Amino acid sequence: MYLTWMLRRFVYLILVLLAATVVVFMMMHLAPGDPAQAMLGPMARGDALAQLRQQLGLNDPLYIQYLHWLEHTLRGDLGRSIRQQVPVSSLIFSQFKNTAILGSVSFVIAVVGGLALGFLAGLKRGSFFDRIIIVIASSGIAIPSFFLGLVLAYVFGIRLHVLPSNGMYSLQGGGGLLDLIKHLALPAITLAVGPIAVVARMTRSSTLEVLSQDYVRTARAKGLHERAVATRHIFKNALIPIIHLLGLQAGILLSATALVEVVFSWPGIGALMVNSILTRDLPVTQGSVLLIAAVYAIVSVFADFAHMVVDPRVHQS
Amino acid sequence: MTNSTLARGVAQEIGAAASGRSRSRGAQVMRRLLRDRIGMTGIILVLLLIVMAVLAPVIAPHDPLATNLNETFRKVGSHGHLLGTDLYGRDMLSRVIWGARPSLMIGFVATCLALGLGVTLGVISGFYAGRIDSIIMRIVDVFLAFPYLLLAIVIVGALGPGLFNATLAVAITAIPFYVRLIRGMVLSFREEQFVEASRAIGASGYHLMRHAIFPNIVPYVIVAFSINVGYLILEAASLSFLGLGAQPPSPEWGAMLAENRNYLTLAPHTVIIPGVAIFIVIIGLNLFGDALRDAFDVRLREE
Repeated sequence: MYLTWMLRRFVYLILVLLAATVVVFMMMHLAPGDPAQAMLGPMARGDALAQLRQQLGLNDPLYIQYLHWLEHTLRGDLGRSIRQQVPVSSLIFSQFKNTAILGSVSFVIAVVGGLALGFLAGLKRGSFFDRIIIVIASSGIAIPSFFLGLVLAYVFGIRLHVLPSNGMYSLQGGGGLLDLIKHLALPAITLAVGPIAVVARMTRSSTLEVLSQDYVRTARAKGLHERAVATRHIFKNALIPIIHLLGLQAGILLSATALVEVVFSWPGIGALMVNSILTRDLPVTQGSVLLIAAVYAIVSVFADFAHMVVDPRVHQS
Repeated sequence: MTNSTLARGVAQEIGAAASGRSRSRGAQVMRRLLRDRIGMTGIILVLLLIVMAVLAPVIAPHDPLATNLNETFRKVGSHGHLLGTDLYGRDMLSRVIWGARPSLMIGFVATCLALGLGVTLGVISGFYAGRIDSIIMRIVDVFLAFPYLLLAIVIVGALGPGLFNATLAVAITAIPFYVRLIRGMVLSFREEQFVEASRAIGASGYHLMRHAIFPNIVPYVIVAFSINVGYLILEAASLSFLGLGAQPPSPEWGAMLAENRNYLTLAPHTVIIPGVAIFIVIIGLNLFGDALRDAFDVRLREE
C-alpha cells in the first residue's frame, strides 16, 4: 500500500517540479520587452545584446529554448550571474546552506514551542494561562515577521547589546559555533513566531477535540494516572492532525525566510533571490526560485508521508 | 409561464430555502455578530483605519511628502508633529494616515480580484467536473507548487517591482485558495436533493449554478474573504518591505518600514509606527473574520 502510494507521489513530485521549471523559464519571457535588454539594462550596446541573445538562444522557438534550458538545468548548469560573474549553481548552494541552518533551527523552535503551548492551553482550557496563549497566538499570526525582527533587533541588539542583529558571524574574532548560535538567536526566533502561533492554535483545538472523546474518559475511568492519560492518550491523538500542518509550516517558513534574512542581513538564499530581482540578475533569480520550489515540493511529500504513517486513513481518500 | 422561467423560479426558491437565505437567517447572523465583543472590536479597528484612509486629505495635518530638512528625526510628541518626523523631516502622522490608502487598497483590490476569478473558476470546475475540472485543477496544482510569498516574488520578479504588479502578484497567489474551496463546496452541493430537483424540472446549468448552488456558498465566500484580506495585506506589505511593491517616497506602510529601518538606532519611532499600523489592520481583520465564521457557523476546509 505504502509502495504504490509513494510511487504515485513520486511521479506527482516530478510533474510538479517540471511545472515549476516551466514557470521559472517563463519568468524570462513574461518580463516586458526583450529579455536580453532587461538583463543588461537600458545602457547595453547593440553587439552585447546580440551576443547575449545568441548565448540565451533567444532566436529559437520557445519550446526549443525551454528544452535547451531544461537540459542545462538538469545538468546543474544554471548559467552565470550577470552581476557577480560566477556560476549561479555555486552561488545558490552556498547561500542555501545558510538558509537551511536558519530554517531548521527555527522550525525546531516552532514545533517544540507551538506543541507545548497549544497542548498545555488545551488541557487547562479557560484558565488564565489558556487566555494568555490565545492572545499570544492571535498576535503572533498578525505581526509581520519583518516588523517583529526590527523590534527584536532594536531591543536586544541596539538597546541591551546582548545579541548581534546583523550577519552570520562577527567580522572580527568571529567564527565558531558559539558565535553562530549568538547570531542565529534573533533571526531564528523571529522566523519561528508565526509558525508557533499557528501550531499552538491548531494543537489547542485538536487537544480540545480529543479531550471530549470516549477513550479519554475510559482511560480515566480505569484509574490511569492523569499524566499517563495526557501523554499516552491525549497528546498522541491530538498530534495526528498537526503532523500535516507542520509540513505545511516548514514549506511556508522556507519562503518567509527571505524577509527575516533581509532584516538581519543573513546571507541566505531568500535575501539573494530578492536582491537578484532588485538588481535584475535574472539567472540568479531563476536559480534561487527553482531551488526553493524544489525543496518546498520535497518537504511537502515528506509531510504527506508522515501524515499517512500516523493516520493510515489518509491514503484511502 | 414558460417552462424555463418556471424552472428558474423553482431553482431560485429551492436554493434560497436550502441556504436558509431568508431574512431571519441574516438577522440571526447579525445578532450573533453584534454579541461577539472581540469580533466587534476587530471590525471597529478596521473601520477606523478605512475612515482614516478615506478622510486622509481632511485629517492629515501635513503633506505626507513634504520634506523639511530643518526638522529631521523629531521625537514623538514634539511640537507640531504628534508622531515626530522621519529622515527627511516628513510628518510621521500624516504619512501613516495617507499610507492607509495604498496599504489597504492593495489588499482589498487583490482579494476582490482573486475572489472574482477564484469563485468563477471554482464553480465551473466543481459543476462541470470532467475535463474542464481537471484542466483547471492541474493549473491550480502548478500554482500550489510554490509557497504564497515565493509565488508573489516570482511574479513580481518577472513583471518588475511596483504597486500595480505587486497587487496583481498577490491576487494571483490567492486564486488557488478560492478555486479549491469553492470547488469542494460545489461538488458536495451538486449531489444534494434540491439541486437534483431543480435539474429534474429542467433548469439549465447556468440557472442551477446561479440560483441553486451559488446562494449556498455565499456564507463561505464572505468568511473566506474576511480572513483572506488580512493575509493579502500582509503579503503586499511584505513585498513592499522587500522593495518589490510600493516604492518610496510612497507612504505605504511596508515601504516606510524598509525606508526607515536603516535609522533604527537614531529614530526607532519611524519603524514602530508603520509596523504597528500593519499589525492593527491584520489583527482587526483576523478577529472579525473569526467572529464572522462563528456567526455563520461555517468551517473552511482549507484552514
